[in-house]
Amino acid sequence: MRAVLTIIVAAVLLLGPGSAQAGGSSSGAPKSGLSAYGYHLYGEYCLRCHGGNAAGGGVAPSLHGVGARAGDFYLRTGYMPLPHLGMQPVRRPLILGDHQIRALVAYIANFGGPPIPTPQPSLGNVSQGLALFTEHCAGCHQVVAQGGYVTGALPPPLIDATPLQIAEAVRIGPYVMPEFSQHAISNRQLDSIISYVEYAKHPARPGGWGLGFLGPVPEGLVTWFVAIPALLGLCLVLGRRFRS
Amino acid sequence: VRGKRNAIISALVLLLGRRRRPRPDEIRIVPPVPRKPAAELAVLSLLGLSSLCALGFVFIYAFGKSLPDLTQLLGASLGLALLFLAAALIVVGLQLVPTEEVAEDYPPNEHPHEQQLIAELTDEAGTRFTRGRFFKLGLLGAGGSLGLALLAPAVSFGPLFRVGDFLRTPWRKGRRLVDEHGRPYKASDIEENDFYLAFPEHSSGTENEQMAASLVLVKLPPDQLRLPPSLRGYDAHGILAYSRICTHAGCAITLYRAPLFQPDEPRPALVCPCHYSTFDPATGGTVTFGPAGRDLPLLPLYEDSGGYLRAKGNFDGPVGPSWWGVRLWKAQP
Repeated sequence: MRAVLTIIVAAVLLLGPGSAQAGGSSSGAPKSGLSAYGYHLYGEYCLRCHGGNAAGGGVAPSLHGVGARAGDFYLRTGYMPLPHLGMQPVRRPLILGDHQIRALVAYIANFGGPPIPTPQPSLGNVSQGLALFTEHCAGCHQVVAQGGYVTGALPPPLIDATPLQIAEAVRIGPYVMPEFSQHAISNRQLDSIISYVEYAKHPARPGGWGLGFLGPVPEGLVTWFVAIPALLGLCLVLGRRFRS
Repeated sequence: VRGKRNAIISALVLLLGRRRRPRPDEIRIVPPVPRKPAAELAVLSLLGLSSLCALGFVFIYAFGKSLPDLTQLLGASLGLALLFLAAALIVVGLQLVPTEEVAEDYPPNEHPHEQQLIAELTDEAGTRFTRGRFFKLGLLGAGGSLGLALLAPAVSFGPLFRVGDFLRTPWRKGRRLVDEHGRPYKASDIEENDFYLAFPEHSSGTENEQMAASLVLVKLPPDQLRLPPSLRGYDAHGILAYSRICTHAGCAITLYRAPLFQPDEPRPALVCPCHYSTFDPATGGTVTFGPAGRDLPLLPLYEDSGGYLRAKGNFDGPVGPSWWGVRLWKAQP
């Protein structure tokens, strides 16, 4: 009890001037333990851009209503804290520990919004997932989820995305990704998509070298520019008249 | 038992027995060649490597069922075995097989007179053509028209003469928009930051094959719309229906850039995955990046009393990849 009080007092002392400067009122300071620790961390890592009381600082969006779902996604992928403004968030090594992340998520969740989803990929159907992934995701993320290009942004490969992160990202639509509502992709369909992505992380490769699983174009390139020159070179070597 | 033992012994003798030594007083026909022990050693070691790799193939095939890269290992071992075998044979051919070149002159011409006669005969025969020029002309005509016949179907590649098929669209006023399962779209179904595939309701088979049948639906906040004056009113409360076919090479537009936080992220855009032509849905489908030469055609929409989305007319321009003179035409119902 005493420790908790000390933390709260320390947090209020540390953050009082900062939040006042940012125009927020200190009434948003939470009292409970985890949330209060999150409030402290918010001041350290997020306040400069997202503003006092998470109301948005003009350079970054307000966090009101984004909920634990977005907090969990952005912090556990290392997307946030962003190294510098205006860049596309990319997967980075986490600088926050598990307890810190839970505290921050608890603090963000105070402002309302959806909870962390509970996907069940084991209930999904891989072949249905392939069809849905092709329809909704493959345009950017490429059909075996290796990532791709869109003008102005880089859709990431999904090899490191956990089932929970996929479920969160589909609903959030991070950066320039579209956001898909329950109407567009139901939770059951989402389970199928996740089970397909889990499959696609280690696809079968009966033909040997996968070449990024991009299909016939890279395979043709390798045939034309690597295999055929190698064979031609071999023919030249074999066909040359050796003089011993 | 005895027969078997004899067979084994004779086989061993056959394999290991040394060749008959030449007697010292024998006179050789071919002078002895210098020995090359290094080359022989190389051949033997290459053959040994080859058999090692081949045995490795057998081993992997028998015991490597659970290896992650089974196909690659099998291919590599067999390939290396063949490669070492080939190398051994090359060394044998180059170093160990003695090569001698012997040249012998051709015998002199035996029947000069008859040869002359045959040459004369061939020269005089075969001149049955009295009108050589006509003949050449006929040959040229036949070859030329055959070439023309081969080239003629190429006209079907492009709309040189019949552009009508390229301009026809299944859209007319009042036609409802449905999804890929035939369910009609309501305006309330369309949410911002997502994109939807749409088709004309009750379309027949030939209509479905028309490029203009498929649409991509997006919704933008009305205050973000910057439609040019000629396209005012084409949206239904911010819902825009663009042709899904890129105006560059006719690929389907499958990428939608939907920024989460407008101020410092790229603007909303429809992007074609083939060559990254990028169209701005807020300004009427203008090209902001890539090789496309003209705007993405926009289909005017309205929301009926039941809340369903219907076409208000036809596209503002021809749908599909561009061709010579495309700007002279309009989409037709």
